[in-house]
Amino acid sequence: MNPFLAEREKQIYRSGADSHTIHCSKPSLAGSVSQRACVFCGSRVVLYPIADALHLIHGPIGCAAYTWDIRGALSSGPEIHRLSFSTDLHEKDVVFGGENKLYESLAELIERYKPNAAFVYSTCIVGVIGDDLEAVCKKVSREKNITVIPVQSPGFNGTKKDGYKIACEALAALVGTGNKDIPKISINILGDFNIAGELWLLLEYYKRMGIYVNATITGDGRVDDIRSAHKASLNVVQCSGSMMYLAKMMQEKYGIPFMRVSYFGIEDMSDALYEVAKFFKEEILMNKAKEIVREEFKKLMPAINQYKQKLQGKKAAVYVGGSFKAISLIKALRLIGVQTVVVGSQTGTAEDYALIRELCDDGTIIVDDSNPIELSTFVKEKQADIFIGGVKERPIAYKLGLGFCDHNHERKEALAGYEGMLNFAKEIYATATSPVWQFTR
Amino acid sequence: MAVYQIEKPLTKIISIEKKMPTTEKHTETYTSTRNGCKLCAPLGASVVFKGIRGCIPMIHGSQGCSTYIRRYMISHYKEPVDIASSNFSEESTIFGGNKNFNTGVGNLINQYHPEVIGIASACLSETIGENIPQLIHEYQTVNGLNKLPAFIHASTPSYQGSHMDGFHEAVAATIATLAIPGKTGNHINLFPGFVSTEDIRHLKDILDDFELPYVLFPDYSDSLDNPHWKEYQLLPEGGTSVEELKLTGTAKASIEFGYILNEGAFNGRIKNNKPKPTAGSWLLEQYQITYKQLGLPVGIKETDRFFNVLERITGRPIPRKHQRERGRLIDAYVDGHKYHFGKRAIVYGEEDMVIGIVSFLDEIGIETILAASGGESGKLKAAINHITEGKRKDIIVMNEADFETMNDMVDELKPDILIGNCKGYYIARRLGIPLVRIGFPVHDRFGGQRIQHLCYKGTQQLFDRITNALIEHKQENSPIGYKYI
Repeated sequence: MNPFLAEREKQIYRSGADSHTIHCSKPSLAGSVSQRACVFCGSRVVLYPIADALHLIHGPIGCAAYTWDIRGALSSGPEIHRLSFSTDLHEKDVVFGGENKLYESLAELIERYKPNAAFVYSTCIVGVIGDDLEAVCKKVSREKNITVIPVQSPGFNGTKKDGYKIACEALAALVGTGNKDIPKISINILGDFNIAGELWLLLEYYKRMGIYVNATITGDGRVDDIRSAHKASLNVVQCSGSMMYLAKMMQEKYGIPFMRVSYFGIEDMSDALYEVAKFFKEEILMNKAKEIVREEFKKLMPAINQYKQKLQGKKAAVYVGGSFKAISLIKALRLIGVQTVVVGSQTGTAEDYALIRELCDDGTIIVDDSNPIELSTFVKEKQADIFIGGVKERPIAYKLGLGFCDHNHERKEALAGYEGMLNFAKEIYATATSPVWQFTR
Repeated sequence: MAVYQIEKPLTKIISIEKKMPTTEKHTETYTSTRNGCKLCAPLGASVVFKGIRGCIPMIHGSQGCSTYIRRYMISHYKEPVDIASSNFSEESTIFGGNKNFNTGVGNLINQYHPEVIGIASACLSETIGENIPQLIHEYQTVNGLNKLPAFIHASTPSYQGSHMDGFHEAVAATIATLAIPGKTGNHINLFPGFVSTEDIRHLKDILDDFELPYVLFPDYSDSLDNPHWKEYQLLPEGGTSVEELKLTGTAKASIEFGYILNEGAFNGRIKNNKPKPTAGSWLLEQYQITYKQLGLPVGIKETDRFFNVLERITGRPIPRKHQRERGRLIDAYVDGHKYHFGKRAIVYGEEDMVIGIVSFLDEIGIETILAASGGESGKLKAAINHITEGKRKDIIVMNEADFETMNDMVDELKPDILIGNCKGYYIARRLGIPLVRIGFPVHDRFGGQRIQHLCYKGTQQLFDRITNALIEHKQENSPIGYKYI
């Protein structure tokens, strides 16, 4: 019996057996128990790490409660982003409108927390009851002399990916409003969220190369840096699923070129440094990049090779938010001797899936917008030993006796950069070879 | 036949109080909610649906509601939590969600083969006026009644009350849907409210020890705390079965824990603001089943009340095992009393849990200085007064509380200990005082689902944890490092 839903057939692809292109970017099927969240979630996670901004969620309590301190996006300074603010709408507000409550909330919170800007997120019912978010934001902005940006993110208005785009539009409203002087050899880092301090590792590499990092969007993000983001010479984009919109907007409006990179795994990490060096066409930068790669390899490879010996032949399932990260993970796993047998993402793109098909061995299952039934069946079928995913995938892995590595918001160890690769290998090794599995298999 | 008289539920004799705390100190009031101390109603309903055997919950709304709630529950229970969504789009928001509803239900039946589908509405579907009973009826009419799972609908817009109101709504809706009246049996109903999986297991042991047949609902003691699996269970084992739920209509009595129950759901309502019955009061009204409303049995006094009721129903004395547990608990109270006397505690969380804990602390000499809840019944103060027999009128009681308001108050309040869910950790950390984690959620520790709170044995666990937290704090901050307490 095939337990899967017929409507999802085209979103599942078996390498070597199927010939269809993988369908993606579709709304989730009702009743499929998708691992995705909603439009609001997409916007919220992208803007969340901006640490000196106020993030006010206009709606009933749930949307704010479930996103309180949800990402381990670290800040080197203010931490307003770690608070959860809600207008906490009640029935009377739904009937008579929530604009007054929003106005009062916004005004009092700005007064109290003195943020450098405010984002106001609309949720499902705000989209329905028709509160004029924009007007309230404008009014408060004028009265308090602060930028207040409406984020039109009612949950039903598309998929999580649409939420990314809405967040990028909100960011675009900030970009270009500042005028900081910055050096010519400068970049913005887009799409790193400083989970477990990963951004700080990257900053160190770029600093060693002699490249000025202007705005970090949005990891350890600051309003003023984003305002002057248009002054950088290059946008270096990771997590392309969420940040490509902003990169494209900035290219169109300010003529800033962008490139896609990944900081996961040493191949992709090194390529990122080389590509950035190449862009500036300065030999000294390339030499520095080579030096860093050489040094880091020297430090890293003996340990990596040891792990590789021990992990050789293990099989992994990967299910993450974006497909671009999945590509890096396949390569990073291969480096430590682990074969990827199931790979998928919540919001992948056709181009990335095509690349994944080329990368993977025959027999690999590739899946878009999957669910617990499919994932649990796939990992059993392919006899995976390890699962790489987020909180919602963890109990699926554990209940079936697979090791697990959290590559999502809640990770506490950096997994990006060279150090991150070592942490990743350590974690995979620990989870794959723990003695606890003797009782489950 | 009922063995005792119906007593007037406490909630009916408590008057409504005003929202803000009766504190002499000035604490600024905010329109906004800052770090809310509550969750939304569909979460409570989802927990209840997980306590029905063979049930898959579906939230009629946007995809995010189910995913956020899954994530929140998974981080506490550390179990797979499948909750479906009808996944509203812009189109369904404008033209109605019936198509998504039908697709969702159809896909759930095909994939999960559930015995029950528990449908909780979200704020979106409620706001656009979805008539879920009718959607269910239409689905049943088109698809034939016999082969279909049972449908339960809980109306849980998140703009009404908190997760506790969603919880009680789902309990009542399940009973109203499935209970069948008839000849009174020998069994009782126990509706324990939102307690831990370990609490549920303990309650079942107690009823077994009294040799009293029962239906306990919701029973997620297995479905949200399962052993390791070899094969993935689409519908995790455990839960109160439909057959058992049918029997709730013929019980000889219902016991329901909680003084506040669903009273918070009416705050801010402008229509339908008549209190809705809870499971116990519904069975009383509809099928004249004796209804006994009790507080959560935390501490000696509240647990005595529960055991006394069991004694009266069964005509048996408290089993020796539990008498011994009671005795050991009192013995521990005595042994530890000097570590507690005059200590200042802040207790927060769901209203009924807060009441239980305050009652227990009052027995051992720990002074609750602030009792706070995100619940909105407005009756917390009256209930605490009642439970502490009017002796503790000085307790600051806060309804509709949020963590930032508490955070603003704590410097003046100078507490020694915080007792509540894990979300107050940042306040305890700032103050450098211990937090004893209870209730839901406990996201930052293992075993949150297995924390025991109830009856003599559960109180003993709480007692030891609280006492040791106070001792550990003193020990760690002492230059001496005592080896004896």
